[in-house]
Amino acid sequence: MKPLLDLTDVNYTYQTAEGETPAVKNLSFRVFPDHFLGIIGPSGCGKSTILSLIAGLIQPNSGKIAVSAEIGYMLQKDHLLDWLSIKDNITLGPRIHHKLTPEKESWADKMLEEYGLAPFADARPGQLSGGMRQRAALIRTLALSPGLLLLDEPFSALDYQTRLTVSDDIYRILRTQHMSAVLVTHDISEAISFCDRIIVLTSRPASVKKTFDIHLTLDEDRTPFKARMAPEFKDYFNEIWGELNV
Amino acid sequence: MSDPTILYPVSNTSREEFLAERKKQKNFITGMRFFILIFILAGWEIAARYHLIDAFIFSSPTRIFKVMLQMAADKSLFYHIGITIGETLVSFVLVLIIGTLIAMLLWWCRSAADILEPYFVVLNSLPKTALAPILIVWLGNNMKTIIVCGVTMAVFSTIINLYTAFIHIDSDKLLLIRTLGGTRRDILRYIVLPASISAIVSNLKVNIGLCLVGVIIGEFLAANAGLGYLIIYGSQVFRLDYVMLSIIILCILAMVLYQLLYFVEKHYQKKQ
Repeated sequence: MKPLLDLTDVNYTYQTAEGETPAVKNLSFRVFPDHFLGIIGPSGCGKSTILSLIAGLIQPNSGKIAVSAEIGYMLQKDHLLDWLSIKDNITLGPRIHHKLTPEKESWADKMLEEYGLAPFADARPGQLSGGMRQRAALIRTLALSPGLLLLDEPFSALDYQTRLTVSDDIYRILRTQHMSAVLVTHDISEAISFCDRIIVLTSRPASVKKTFDIHLTLDEDRTPFKARMAPEFKDYFNEIWGELNV
Repeated sequence: MSDPTILYPVSNTSREEFLAERKKQKNFITGMRFFILIFILAGWEIAARYHLIDAFIFSSPTRIFKVMLQMAADKSLFYHIGITIGETLVSFVLVLIIGTLIAMLLWWCRSAADILEPYFVVLNSLPKTALAPILIVWLGNNMKTIIVCGVTMAVFSTIINLYTAFIHIDSDKLLLIRTLGGTRRDILRYIVLPASISAIVSNLKVNIGLCLVGVIIGEFLAANAGLGYLIIYGSQVFRLDYVMLSIIILCILAMVLYQLLYFVEKHYQKKQ
């Protein structure tokens, strides 16, 4: 199977007036269709840099990044624009690309309906709760129909209860749309509950320290919340915790 | 020996008492404001009547009022006020357009902004009144000079303020547009301009006063109409009634224009 995303020996160094900071060193990994990859690492190890590289916002100093899917990037905060309605916010991507067709608009209406945001279509972002805002941000990212979604700690700005619900919602949306995802997080439980494979990074400059394939025994369909009940969950947690703290 | 027990007093002010107290305080402040105004006017009038001051050079409220009625009757009052308001509004609109456009260009071309920064700082701190005589020589003894005078008064601070507002927008918002595949133009259109509207509006409030100052200075030097002209004319022919009347009208005008923009700002904030 052809990977959607293939990184080979990628290096990246930040240049500033004060000096240079190697952020990514000899990084290699792949993401296959319908796969969710979790990236976990010590704070400040260059996780966000990796997403910027994949999204093409910055260029690697050396190495190869091959992408064969449209990429959607979901930032840590929702960044809904206060001066636009929710509907205008979620159609911002197509609007920027001058592709706001009537089909896109009805797609947006359908998504708003599906995720309980229809009554807020004309509302300003300030009137929405944290969880609703995050869902709106997701729909905005999906509006450009990406095949691979980059998630940069997308739940970290939410309170714990909302975070579990939104995590389930986003998981379901991605699965039904047959998308792949790269989830960057510092939360071990979140990574295990959400992902099929987890790579643990070394501290800066980031490279892959260890890879974990997550296989959970569950009676019913997997959701991030139910995944936390799986008997293997605790073992994965301890192993990853160990890797992070060596 | 044990410590003595202290019992705190209770205060059971009712809602009605609280509101009444607040209202009383508000009335007191409004009342005092009017009292000061009446005190000044009455003091001025009495001092003039009893020759404590020379009414010829200090004028008096009744004399000013008479001149006002007389000038209102022959419509010259409205003519002068209209000229000053018109010039102020034209220079105000020009400042808004020129200032915003240049600030946008500087945002677009960061190197240009860095290169030009010291020049803008110098032009902004320069007392703009010093430019007025040059403007007359360059542009002639006409309304163009007066309007440009009003523009120079406010345009440099507007450029600096708006440019500063533009570059201090949350950089994550700019990143958002880039993650959606947008260009610099999209960032300007969807983020920078809408996010700066409140900065632009609050800048307007300052500008209207500055433009009025510039226009009056311009009228001092190059005009045959307007309140600034009336002040200079009055002082030259020793009709201090004209001067005082013009100053009082200027006070009212400045207040009205400021309040107008204050309402614009409030309206905008409510819409947000």
